Amino acid sequence: MTAQEYAFTVLAVIGAIAAIAVVTARNVVHAALYLVVTLASVGGVYLVLSAEFVAWVQILIYVGAIVILFLFGLMLTKAPIGRDALDNEHQWVPMMVSGGVFAGLVFLIDRAFHLDSRARFAAFPAPTARVGDSLFRGFVLPFEAVSFLLLAALIGAVVLARKDEAK
Amino acid sequence: MTFLAQASGSIVDQWVSSFWIALLIKAVAVLGFFLVAPLAVGYMEHKVLAHMQSRFGPMEAGNFHGWAQLVADGVKFVQKEDVIPEAADPTVFSLAPAVALIPYIVLFVTIPFSKTVFAENLDIGVFFLLAMSSVSVIGVLMAGWSSANKFSLIGALRAAAQLIAYELPLVLATAAVVMQAGTMRLVGITEAQGHYWFVATQPIGFLIFMIAALAELTRPPFDMPVADSEIIFGAYTEYTGLKFAFFLLSEYGGIVALSAIASVLYLGGYRALPGLPIPEPLMMLGKITVLSFIVIWLRATYPRLREDQLQRFSWLVLIPLTLVQIMVVAILKVAMR
Repeated sequence: MTAQEYAFTVLAVIGAIAAIAVVTARNVVHAALYLVVTLASVGGVYLVLSAEFVAWVQILIYVGAIVILFLFGLMLTKAPIGRDALDNEHQWVPMMVSGGVFAGLVFLIDRAFHLDSRARFAAFPAPTARVGDSLFRGFVLPFEAVSFLLLAALIGAVVLARKDEAK
Repeated sequence: MTFLAQASGSIVDQWVSSFWIALLIKAVAVLGFFLVAPLAVGYMEHKVLAHMQSRFGPMEAGNFHGWAQLVADGVKFVQKEDVIPEAADPTVFSLAPAVALIPYIVLFVTIPFSKTVFAENLDIGVFFLLAMSSVSVIGVLMAGWSSANKFSLIGALRAAAQLIAYELPLVLATAAVVMQAGTMRLVGITEAQGHYWFVATQPIGFLIFMIAALAELTRPPFDMPVADSEIIFGAYTEYTGLKFAFFLLSEYGGIVALSAIASVLYLGGYRALPGLPIPEPLMMLGKITVLSFIVIWLRATYPRLREDQLQRFSWLVLIPLTLVQIMVVAILKVAMR
């Protein structure tokens, strides 16, 4: 195995264990913290593939912002302080659903890319300049469409959350 | 690995051919810098605050103006009992200081002290710094929640709300600099300031960056998360000994880090003023010292903002201003091409 494959194996194992811990944790805050480990290890996998930009976006947006929002929301609303455990009894249905989705994705990806088990790691370094070029030259329309959609969602959320003083 | 190989050009890589030995030297150098610089800033805070309040500050430890005061403090912290509250979540409680501290250590990997004195010149430089500095707050949230203390929890919530509000102006102000420099590499940004510093073209951006950085560090006047008169010491209330010292170290490390980032982005980094025969690394250290001094000076000058003022200020003043700044820089960049 090359150094990259070792690094990938370690990151994948850590990420997978943490991902399982997210759903089996009996405490919502612990689950959110395991999610940090999972997301960070996915960022590490991007780094191993030399996709530096995506890797640090993953850390900045997911670990640095989304999970902090999760934790913020949990603590503001219902997170038990200290060691109290939260019992989640309905684990079987989500397990079946997510297992089905996982199997389906593996099947589809395998069919789409004709994965060869002997294929080696092929890192293709993508400097930020090239990512920006392709994003704003080749994919301008999808990019703008997505940002328009997100803007609409943002405005919708503000409208829904806003409570006008009834006077 | 390719992404590290691309980033060579560091002085260590020129001396040492082996990848692993070079990595070891860099790691030791970064750690060494991290262990010395925050202590120097901490000592500066003791002395500057004291003199601004007509006191002397530490005078005994080490004989000469108490220079060894923080070393003595460190020894004291090591001796203290490591108390974990009975209701606390012990694992999360113990991990929290490390999660708060490590991002600030890693961050110094990319700070350039001259064209060749740095550990790694990452292609994504600035972005890496911002990502690392935002991860640290997870440690504060972990500390606040696991302490099983309502003051800690309120402190952690305030810290998180503050980070969410001030992360945006920080990133947007940085984006404007990156647009003007045309690169995210820290050495590249510094070299792009050959004729003039970016503070000359983006003075408002510099101001916004410093304000947002202060808020991100929860330094006065943005120290709501540790407001001692309301919530004791926020998320750190239950901590003692070494763990508490780690939180303090991450605060002072953060001051050094954000001063370094600000001087790279706006003050020409290691570049000296023309005609000044000062070595580049010293120039960089000097700029970090001046900015750290200003951070401490503000603590002695301004009262604490109220929580709602703090949020309002970011969302209604800083963020619209940075968006305008980005638009102006973009238009000028295209027009002057």
